[in-house]
Parts: sequence; C-alpha cells; structure tokens
Amino acid sequence: MTAGIDLGMPATQAIRSDEDVVRVRQLVRTTAVAAKLSLVDQTKLVTAASELARNTLIYGGGGAAEVTTIDDGLRRGIRIVFTDQGPGIPDLDLALTDGYTTGGGLGLGLSGARRLVDDFDIRTGVGEGTRVTVTKWSR
Amino acid sequence: MALDAESRSRLSRLLTEHAERLTERWTGLVVASLRGRLSQAELARQVRELHRSMIDALAGGLTDLADEHGGELRAVLSELSRGRARQGFSATETAISVFAIKDALLELIEQDRDAATLRDFLALSALIDQMGLFTFESYVRTRESLIADQAEQLLELSTPVVKLWEGVVAVPLVGTLDSARAQVVMERLLQTLVDTGSPYAIIDITGVPAVDTQVAQHILKTVVAARLMGADCIISGIRPQIAQTIVALGIEFGDIATKASLADALRHVLRLTGVETTSRRARREA
Amino acid sequence: MERVPILKIGDILLVSIQVDMSDQTAVQLQEDLAERIVATGSHGVIIDITALDIVDSFVGRMLSAIASISKVLDAETVVVGMRPAVAITLVELGLSLNGIRTALNVERGMELIAAARADEWHEADGDEDAETTATS
Repeated sequence: MTAGIDLGMPATQAIRSDEDVVRVRQLVRTTAVAAKLSLVDQTKLVTAASELARNTLIYGGGGAAEVTTIDDGLRRGIRIVFTDQGPGIPDLDLALTDGYTTGGGLGLGLSGARRLVDDFDIRTGVGEGTRVTVTKWSR
Repeated sequence: MALDAESRSRLSRLLTEHAERLTERWTGLVVASLRGRLSQAELARQVRELHRSMIDALAGGLTDLADEHGGELRAVLSELSRGRARQGFSATETAISVFAIKDALLELIEQDRDAATLRDFLALSALIDQMGLFTFESYVRTRESLIADQAEQLLELSTPVVKLWEGVVAVPLVGTLDSARAQVVMERLLQTLVDTGSPYAIIDITGVPAVDTQVAQHILKTVVAARLMGADCIISGIRPQIAQTIVALGIEFGDIATKASLADALRHVLRLTGVETTSRRARREA
Repeated sequence: MERVPILKIGDILLVSIQVDMSDQTAVQLQEDLAERIVATGSHGVIIDITALDIVDSFVGRMLSAIASISKVLDAETVVVGMRPAVAITLVELGLSLNGIRTALNVERGMELIAAARADEWHEADGDEDAETTATS
C-alpha cells in the first residue's frame, strides 16, 4: 500500500495544471484499489474525481484535492474534498442542472459527478470559493 | 486480577502436573456438550493443543490474552472457532469448548483450600473469560465471511451467462431480481460480451415474477451500456404483469428490441446477421 | 506533454490510447487526427480505448468531436474496446456519446467501417442495383 493513504491519513494533491488533474485521478485510483472498492465503484469514483478536479482548475482557478480512506465501522469508504478560492457559484441549483454549463463543456461535471458517488456536499458563496465533498462507500 | 509471575508458574505447574486428568475431564465435558457430533479423538486432540498452548503462554510470561505472549494461544483459539463455525456448531457450543476447562480445573483444586490457589484460580478464570470472548468473536467473524461467501456463490449460481450462438450470448434470469443482483448480472453480461466478442446479448426474463422501477432501470442502463460498447441487447420473455408494470411506472423502453420468447429473440438476432450476409452476397452477385 | 501516436493500416487510421490523457493531450489528438485524415486520405478511423480505465465528459466530448470532424472529412470513426465499468459509468454520468459508432474490438470495428463503405458504394450506383435485385 502507498504511504499516507492509510485509514485516517489524508493525501493531498494540488490542482494547478492539466497534469495535476491526471495526478488526482491516479491518487484516487490507488486509494480506491487499496480500500477494495469494486471495479465499477472505482471507475465511478475516479470519473467523478476527474470531473470535479477539472472544475476546480477551470472555474475555481486551481485549488487542491484531499483524499482520505474512511471507515464508519461497517464499511470502508473514500472521501475526497475539493477546495478552491475561486469566485464561487452564484446559482447552485442551476449549476447542478444537467446540461448547464458556463465553460463550454457538456454541463455534466457537477450533476454527473453527484450521480456517481454516494454522498455529495457542496459549500459555496460568491467570492468565497467552493468546497465539494464526495464519498463513495464499498458495498 | 492480573497474572503475576508467581501465579503463572504455579498455574503452569498445576496444568502440567495434572495434564492427563485435566484434559481427560475437559474433553469429557466438551464431548457431552457437542453430543457426539465430533469424534472423541478429534476433540481430545484439540483440547490437548489448547492445553499445551495455555501452558506455553503462561510459561512465556502472558499477563493478558491480547499481549505479545498470547499470539500462539490466539492462533489456536481462532483455528478452533473457525472449525466450529464451518461445521455448523452454535456460538455456545463453541465457547463451551473453552469454558469447560474451568469446571475441570475447579474439580481438581476443590480439596485444596489454600487462599493462594483460589487467587490463582480467579486470575486464570479471568484469562479463560478473555479466551472465551476471543473465541466468540472469531466465531462471529467466520460466520459473517461464510454468509458473505454464500451470498456471492448464490449470485453466481443464479446468474449464468451462456453462449447461445456464434456472437450471441444470453442471460436467462430466474427468480426475484433485487437491485444488487440485477447489478451483478448486468456487470457479468457486459464482461461476457467483451470476453467472447459477441455483438448480441439476449436478456431473458421469463423466470422473473416481477420487476420494480429500480430493476427496470438496471436493465435499461445495461442495454444502453452495451450499446456504448458496441453490442445490442434484446429483452425476451416479458410477462403480461411486467409489461403492465413497465407501462404503469412510465418506464420508456424506447427502441429496445423486445421479443415474446428466447426462441423469438434468437431468431430475430439470426435474421439480423443473416439478412446482412445475404444482402451483401446479393450485392456482390449483382 | 505526451502525444498519442496515430498508425496507418491500409486506408484506416488506428489510434490506440495507452496513456491517462491530460485534457491538452486529448485536444492535441483531435487536431493531429484531423490533419492525418486529410494527409493520408483515409476513410476510416478506429479509436481503441481498451486501455482507458475511465472516460470522463471531456474525453467523451473529444470522441464526439473526432467523430463529427472525420465525418466532415469523409471518414468513418469507430470507437472500440470500451470496458464494461467505463460504459456503466458513462450511462450513470449521463453521457450518451451521440453520433459515435462503437464496436467491441478492433476487428469488429474494421468490419463496421468496411460495411459502411460498402453501403456508400452501393448507394452511389444504387439505380442499376435496384433493378437487378428486383428481377433476381
């Protein structure tokens, strides 16, 4: 097992460039494999992480992803927290709508990522940056 | 009541001196509790092993079952409870195998009214309680993993993916489909498409008494996923009630091919592939 | 930045994506491919994604764009080798990859392109053909 991704020990990856998005994916993948998530669950989580990391880079102007293996006593899970100090999201409901985009993408980033994980939480305010927390539990 | 060095040596001496009588009585008690479902010889062997490793642990300086001197003893205990759990004995029956030593020991020291002996017995008794609890815990863990294994085996058994024709695979689904099972079936179906390079799959639900929204969604998602991979799915054997449910739930099957029976579905696929080849031949000839 | 190699096999271009692509690499591939289609006069493009363990919306969008661009350049694009877990995830994500042809493996992809080309030729001289088939 890779060092630093043991239970309760978060691993942090800065998101400053395109390559960092790839690194976030790889970090999430190794963590998910170590936590014995099923192949489909690994794929869903890595895909969600990729969408959210790209959002952090493009809309948040960069930030960081923090990956932690967690345990609620019954099952293992992976929690990822994406933070940025960007402009924030003015209309959250709209941003969470399928097909809504300001970046010229498909508008599936936030809404799609939410469908791929078990728990999804977003805190944002205009001028206060954005913090997205997602969790995927092993079945 | 912790075990100090003196009581440890007294106890291991006691256990060693009366080894024969102790293990015999102990085995006897266990045999009675299990009512002949394990052979006397087998039980005697287990009891002797447990007895041996208790003496070793005490001689090694054990104060608590969880400490570093208890490794061997813990291993013997897990081994014992794993065996019991797999053979279908109850938790109580498993724990008695450990607790029986108390009775055997008590009978042994009954005449001895020495205060030190009593203290030793109490200290050892605390250790035996720990051993019992530990046995119980490993018993539960074993049973849990047994149940998980069986659930998985059941899923595998109930979800065969069969090759029906060159390039055509089928999943005949039988029994109630819950969300978890539907998911497993669908993942296996898609994997089989890749493994066999089959561009056609038939999902036959003749043996499925009912579907709910979630299961219908799973089937739909699988059809879409298969399409993304470059394969086509046909659903066959939809019962009248299920057809009504699907419509009542407002689930859109869209352009997904549905056939009355597995045979119809296969004919449909063969016609698809067959028509293609004959028309190509016609073209070449022309 | 890594670049995804494009191979020419007969009149088909084969792209086998072996790396975890950054968005830039994906955009670069899209540009390179358009140039190679014109330069080689190829009529078919096969994109093998067997090695990809995820396809997110960005890569999905790139695949759609490649399919549309190659269509404009008179080439047929087939995406092959998508893993089951990737397909399941795409469905959940809500990405339908509209307008993209897919096949299970490279071999099937080649058959698909050949069939599409044959259909086109058939349509081109459809009139005489229609007569012969009608009488036969």
